[in-house]
Amino acid sequence: MLDYAWIIAFIPAVSFVAILLLGRKFPRHGSEIGIAAVGASFVLACVAVVQWINRVENATGASAFKALGKGFVAKAGEHEAVVKPVVHSVTWWQSGGLKFGAGTQIDGLAVVLLFVVTLVSLLVHVYSTAYMHGDRRYTYFYAALSLFTASMLLLVIADNTLQLLVGWELVGLCSFMLIGHWWEEGANSNAALKAFFTTRTGDVGLMIGVIVTFFAAGQTFNIVSINEAALAGKGGHALWLGGAVCLLVGIIGKSGQFPLHTWLPDAMAGPTPVSALIHAATMVVAGVYLGARVYGVFWQGFSIDAGGVNAMALIGGVTIIIGALLAFVQDDIKKVLAYSTISQLGYMVMGLGVGAWTAAVFHLFTHAFFKALLFLGAGSISHSGSHHSFDMKRDMGGLRKYMPITFTTFMIGSAALAGLPPFAGFFSKDEIIATAGHFGYDAFLYIGLAGAFLTAAYMTRAIYYTFFGEFRGHGQPHESPPAITGPLVVLAAFSVFAGWLNATVVHVEKFQQWFEPRFAFPTQVIHPSFRFGEGAIAVIVALAGVGVAYAYYWRGVGHGVTERNPLARLGYRFLLNKYYLDDLYERVIVAGIKGPIARAAYWTNQNLIDAVINGVGKGTRAVGQFTYDVIDQRVVDGAVNGIAEASGETGGLLRYMQSGRVQWYAAILFFAVAVLSLALIVFS
Amino acid sequence: MNWFDSGWGLTMAVFLPGVGMLAVLAAPKADETLQKAIALVTTLATFGVTIALAATFNYDKKGLQLGTDKAWIDVINSRYHIGLDGISLPLLLLSAFITVLCVIYSWDHFPEPHNPKAFLALILLLEIGMNGTFVAQDLILFFVFFEIVLLPMFFMIGVWGGPNREYASIKFFLFTLFGSALMLLSFLALYFIGPNTFDIPKLAALHGAGIVHSTQNLIFAGMFLGFAIKVPMFPFHTWLPDAHTEAPTVGSVLLAAILLKLGTYGFIRIALPILPEAARDWAPWIGLLAVIGIIYGALGCLAQRDMKRLIAFSSVAHMGFVMLGIATLTTFGINAAIFGMVAHGLITGMLFFVAGSVQERFETRQLDRLGGLLTQAPKLGWILGFCAMASLGLPGLAGFWGEFPAILSAYNPASGIAGSEFVVFRTYMVIAAVGTVLAAGYLLWMLQRVAFGTVKPEWEHVHIHDVHVPEWIAWTPMLLLIVALGVYPNIIFRVTDGTVTRLFGG
Repeated sequence: MLDYAWIIAFIPAVSFVAILLLGRKFPRHGSEIGIAAVGASFVLACVAVVQWINRVENATGASAFKALGKGFVAKAGEHEAVVKPVVHSVTWWQSGGLKFGAGTQIDGLAVVLLFVVTLVSLLVHVYSTAYMHGDRRYTYFYAALSLFTASMLLLVIADNTLQLLVGWELVGLCSFMLIGHWWEEGANSNAALKAFFTTRTGDVGLMIGVIVTFFAAGQTFNIVSINEAALAGKGGHALWLGGAVCLLVGIIGKSGQFPLHTWLPDAMAGPTPVSALIHAATMVVAGVYLGARVYGVFWQGFSIDAGGVNAMALIGGVTIIIGALLAFVQDDIKKVLAYSTISQLGYMVMGLGVGAWTAAVFHLFTHAFFKALLFLGAGSISHSGSHHSFDMKRDMGGLRKYMPITFTTFMIGSAALAGLPPFAGFFSKDEIIATAGHFGYDAFLYIGLAGAFLTAAYMTRAIYYTFFGEFRGHGQPHESPPAITGPLVVLAAFSVFAGWLNATVVHVEKFQQWFEPRFAFPTQVIHPSFRFGEGAIAVIVALAGVGVAYAYYWRGVGHGVTERNPLARLGYRFLLNKYYLDDLYERVIVAGIKGPIARAAYWTNQNLIDAVINGVGKGTRAVGQFTYDVIDQRVVDGAVNGIAEASGETGGLLRYMQSGRVQWYAAILFFAVAVLSLALIVFS
Repeated sequence: MNWFDSGWGLTMAVFLPGVGMLAVLAAPKADETLQKAIALVTTLATFGVTIALAATFNYDKKGLQLGTDKAWIDVINSRYHIGLDGISLPLLLLSAFITVLCVIYSWDHFPEPHNPKAFLALILLLEIGMNGTFVAQDLILFFVFFEIVLLPMFFMIGVWGGPNREYASIKFFLFTLFGSALMLLSFLALYFIGPNTFDIPKLAALHGAGIVHSTQNLIFAGMFLGFAIKVPMFPFHTWLPDAHTEAPTVGSVLLAAILLKLGTYGFIRIALPILPEAARDWAPWIGLLAVIGIIYGALGCLAQRDMKRLIAFSSVAHMGFVMLGIATLTTFGINAAIFGMVAHGLITGMLFFVAGSVQERFETRQLDRLGGLLTQAPKLGWILGFCAMASLGLPGLAGFWGEFPAILSAYNPASGIAGSEFVVFRTYMVIAAVGTVLAAGYLLWMLQRVAFGTVKPEWEHVHIHDVHVPEWIAWTPMLLLIVALGVYPNIIFRVTDGTVTRLFGG
């Protein structure tokens, strides 16, 4: 499968076309095509994962079979072996005599993403059969899901940055289509447009970054070549710094990093399964994936091994905090989760920035499960508990009694997100924080811990409003059907166990051993061993977050602080207005360009540039008139000149032509040309 | 097929439409079906000939093929020299292809004052000019074809156009004629100052030898004006929005898809190879106007309330990318430019088709009055969405391959460009990349206003027909081609690269 990975992406692409053309004729309106296709892709992705692990184990001297039998114990000396990615490519286009390929590069990172994408996509497909049941564009919805899956997989398997960019834009298109799924309402289509524009703004950076790295690596888009050239510092450090900054801008746009994160909460206007798949588990991590993919560029450009501060770590760190803070003032449960996603993506970007490659990718892996779980849980609540509302304060409360499965799985997801052991998030988040400390990024260690505190607290708040207290909605809440709870249970299982793949606390480092690149990858990357002291602090901080939130919401400690304290009130208002970033973007920048700037440009066009043209025209006509009246009529007294006629008596000329003789003009002209040219060829 | 390869095939591709035109004119006035059938058969046959040419074409051979070089006007040593290479072939195919679809679309879409006979005859005449321009290898022959195009388009706009048609058609005619006059002057200067020949390959092989550098720059200026007005480049673009707004749908499609390419083709075929030194002096300025066009065209789009006028302005922006590619004087840039020409032809052509169909159904193009097209005519709405996405340069569709490599080429322009510090062109690169965001802006806002939302009250009880059969027949090939070129761009790059590398590499 490693050699034929394109099939994994190709199946959903075929499914997209099939659903689009034939979906309506199927008994389940096309959903069965989508599920079958993604199911097949998932199976093949699993095969790819196993084959890749085999490849690594073989190269490092242990067969996978033995490894599975022996259990999870890493051996010394395994890291020296070189395991090259499996690369295949065919000519895609050429220019200037150079040929550029499209192809697949399958390595540990790729198979992890293949697994995550196909699994979450499959679960979302199943989930949607119930959640989207009876939707006015059900078939279309499944077609878009298939297209998304295909595009995301295309991005994941790309062996070159250009193909990655293609997949990147295509998933953006799918995101646009699905956020605006209910486009009748202006708010939804506005959110879709905003998402597209914002990510497209970041794409300017991506595009230029791809170009810079293309030239820096000696006119190639090939990812391995770019990483090698970057790590060798080919062409000088400054070049790679430029490339890294540009690519970082792309990451900021796609992965919801400050200051381009504002589209992601709005994107919640889309159907909830879409939020889970695209805006939590897969598409938004494309930026992180890019960072991990061309890590050599960032490593070189930002001198990551130098410690201290760099742009990537800083953006990630700031995003952790600003995202987490905003999660506190949301009433909409999906928005809480959206800001949480922003914050968690911040962890991943910061992780890459501080040299914690494996931890960042590991966090991507675990986050996909528990965040998809939380979103699908929120969807389950709105589907069966709160009458299609996502307002925690108005329509939820006390749901734990009515929706036991949703409640339990949501609690598991929240614990994983909050970083409580033994759930998945604990391991991945803790490793990012630990590596930050070990690489000399002390400031980011504290940011990471602060983020952990906030995360635990805002999730506790959300759980309080949703599941505890009295039910505030109307109607009779009940548990969701199996098509919804099934995926929740599967994801909950992953949220519990996925973290143990790299539980450094018990010296299990399988994730690192199997999936960390051993080729065209910075050799200085280190993996700090687990220290109980640090781990304990992280847990205590998270528990403190839970405790504080518990005290505030359950016990009412500190209530009314915003009324009493002007500073707290100010902060609260600042958060409610989302740091006024939306106002800046929408009211100042976008409205400015759309309004006064565009109008001024058009005014210039009509009143300045065109005035020159019209002036020349009128002037010529006046001269012509003068020539005709004074010189021609009085002096020459001859026949009317054809050009003067054309410029002076247009109307008459046109009426003349309209009267049906136009064909004669055409005919005569043609004749003149045709006869002349043919005659000259034939007779000369 | 020896006769076919030795110039007759190519001659047929140019003059077959003329035969059809005569037949249409000879057909009885009342028998409209016959006229349409003749036009369709002729354009199909012409397209068939171009396909046969493409099949005969040797893609690995350098230089011109399938052409002929016969005496024509001996007095001035102007010859009937035609031929195909990797640069002309895609454009010739595009021209023949689009013309067929325009005839099909016209089938029951003849605008007032109807008169299909004259309309079809003009389309066929136009095709002679377009096809001829792309295969001519003699400057005078090129000029003749280049000018033939003016006339039918002038009548199409002036007779079948919208309310302001007279102004628009005259403006179009005089503006481009003005450019052509200067261009002709340059051709003559080349002849008299240079080696007394109008033969394009010969002139190109000389690289302007024997002409003083400053004179070269002047000659280039004349050509520049002629071609830049046709493209149109900022600030010579103002005829375009008017012409497009007033032109009938098919006129707009042909104008956008083919006529604009005559200008950019002129740069690639004539101005750059014949006067390479002057081109290097001019390149930074052409690049500057190109990127101004990208931003300015986009801003113009954002200010529009008329759907068709918006699409017209978008051409200014898109042709800016093409011209940026050309201005870099690199193989990357020029390959991208040719790709961009074909892609823009297909995509903007489609957008004009859709705009025409929307106007026909709602009898307005005012964006404020439209809305909810997806509800009333979902297929038409999705096609509009598809075209908008293609037009904003979404990868996977054709538009991307014109834009991205052009932006890429600006990072590393050809050596020897005046003031060749990379700073200038790299600044252009960033501006052009920002232009892609604005493109997303105006296209998606248009899509949102036309297709999303709910149906406006005034149309609630009006039956809006979804896509008609002639529309399907005309559009499907274009839509498929937009996808095919987007997925596998080497369809075009494979054809152009050899010739471009030969002419502009190193």
